[in-house]
Amino acid sequence: MRHRVQTDGGGRIFLGTLVAVVLLVPVLNLLMPDSSSLHMSGYTVTLLGKYMTYAMLAMAVDLVWGYCGILSLGHGAFFALGGYAIGMYLMRQIGTRGVYGDPLLPDFMVFLNWKDLPWFWHGFGSFPFAVLMVFLAPGLLALIFGFLAFRSRVSGVYLSIITQALTYALMLAFFRNDMGFGGNNGFTDFKDILGFNLQAPGTRMVLFLCTALALGGTYVLCRCIITSRAGRVIQAVRDAESRARFLGYRVEYYKLWMFVLSAMLAGLAGALYVTQIGIINPSEFSPANSIEIVIWVAIGGRGTLYGAVVGAFLVNYAKTYFTAALPSMWLYALGALFVFVTLFLPTGVVGFLNARRKRNLRLSAE
Amino acid sequence: MARIAGRSKSSAPRRLDQGHDASRDAMLHLEDITVSFDGFRALNALTLYVDVGELRCIIGPNGAGKTTMMDVITGKTRPDSGSAWFGTSIDLLSMTEPEIAQAGIGRKFQKPTVFEQHTVLENLELAMAGDKSVWKSLFAQISPEQGERRDEILEKIGLLEHRGERAGVLSHGQKQWLEIGMLLMQDPQLLLVDEPVAGMTPQETERTAELLVSLAGKHSVVVVEHDMEFVRSIARKVTVLHEGSVLAEGSLDEVQKNAKVVEVYLGV
Repeated sequence: MRHRVQTDGGGRIFLGTLVAVVLLVPVLNLLMPDSSSLHMSGYTVTLLGKYMTYAMLAMAVDLVWGYCGILSLGHGAFFALGGYAIGMYLMRQIGTRGVYGDPLLPDFMVFLNWKDLPWFWHGFGSFPFAVLMVFLAPGLLALIFGFLAFRSRVSGVYLSIITQALTYALMLAFFRNDMGFGGNNGFTDFKDILGFNLQAPGTRMVLFLCTALALGGTYVLCRCIITSRAGRVIQAVRDAESRARFLGYRVEYYKLWMFVLSAMLAGLAGALYVTQIGIINPSEFSPANSIEIVIWVAIGGRGTLYGAVVGAFLVNYAKTYFTAALPSMWLYALGALFVFVTLFLPTGVVGFLNARRKRNLRLSAE
Repeated sequence: MARIAGRSKSSAPRRLDQGHDASRDAMLHLEDITVSFDGFRALNALTLYVDVGELRCIIGPNGAGKTTMMDVITGKTRPDSGSAWFGTSIDLLSMTEPEIAQAGIGRKFQKPTVFEQHTVLENLELAMAGDKSVWKSLFAQISPEQGERRDEILEKIGLLEHRGERAGVLSHGQKQWLEIGMLLMQDPQLLLVDEPVAGMTPQETERTAELLVSLAGKHSVVVVEHDMEFVRSIARKVTVLHEGSVLAEGSLDEVQKNAKVVEVYLGV
């Protein structure tokens, strides 16, 4: 395993940066006095944490798109399901501190005049159960969806369109009040997690560090998979599916397990997102969100894993900047960026930099 | 034969029915295979036997059903009627492509199909016989014996010096050989080879002929080819297909003298 991570230059830079962030951010945020110019605000920490969850999500998409050739335009759905799963736990934790003060029912249920907790809300009072659901809910959806799609050999643009339809259908469903997920407003006003106040700087720092750990762990896990023989098989499936099939590989199982794993990683990212941002609503299922994730990966450079991280950070930093400075321009800027990258940097920022480095090495060798 | 029976898959193959001519000790039995596409009969009651260790050439004009026949054997196309048996106990018509590959039938496509982003070595390793489930391949390592076998095949197909190169940068002929090498790594009892020398230089063609001849005996080899010179150089037995069924069978000289064959195909 060490060998696999070490042979990967970009990955080492990424992991090194991550370690530096983990060491520096707590010092800058908690130990530096507010007056110091080196102080990092809580807002910045949360923003960085949000970018990291996006980076995880982008990596999950890269795993299936860059390595397996499955262009999913519905990964936002898995992200949102993970977020909803942890959101249900956080809603239950509010207890009597809600507006209506009901010890059992979240506010929106009292508002809807519900008397009992719906069956699928049972268990979410327990943190371990909620964490299990963070993985199981997106994983099961991906398993069923993937099983049907891959068994019928649906691929290419058809598969992309179905994934898009999947997230759209879920958005419509979650908008309905009688689904029992808070309808339009979703979940918010969370108070605490495992008894710790979600607004406290210490809790927020722990959540940030958990996110960094999860991001690093996701990278190492994905890297180990793609450098194993199974990883070479999925890339072989991407490049020549029928050849792989005639060599005796059950192509649909390989696709299915990669898809399920990717969905579970997206679910974890969603859960970490919701605990830090403090809100989840059906707009997370919107098809445009899922398309944006694919754009991050394309801009960063697919098929490298760390490229997805670079893309997620670049685009979301630009988004934060644009939506503050020139809100009406953001979508144009995103579109222009995507067109530019597709035309001039088909392998993304990372691919471009790697190619230039190789060229320089060759030139200096001559 | 015992090895084939031992490899039978979980979906227990049904036994041969009474009407089957079990006295023929053949590797591949195709009987009365008919395949129609929108009313067009690609195969029309095709019956063909390939013996153990035989090198067989299949020739025939375009549209004679050569590729469709390979599709039926490898599970890509399901026939409307007929039976296809591998050995005496494996019913090919009840199996999927990966199951058929695992049972010991390897196929080389008409257009060389290798994994272009992988190195030559990786291509061979991916083709290697063994457990190909997701879980097993996550932790798979190359054993010393497997490495030896891989290097042996690398030498046989003349790609020893290119072992670390990406398959995508190989020449057309080298890709054809790499694909044959991948078939050998699979260690199949039956190799189906579709137009192996298309687009090759005369030297490459000659080496390919040597390679295929050296494989026969240990494996059964079925070659579909248009190039008559090439067929002459390798084949002991030739089957001529026409409009989806067998028109003639015998040595190349025999079939070339056959009046029907001359009429439909050789046109001499």
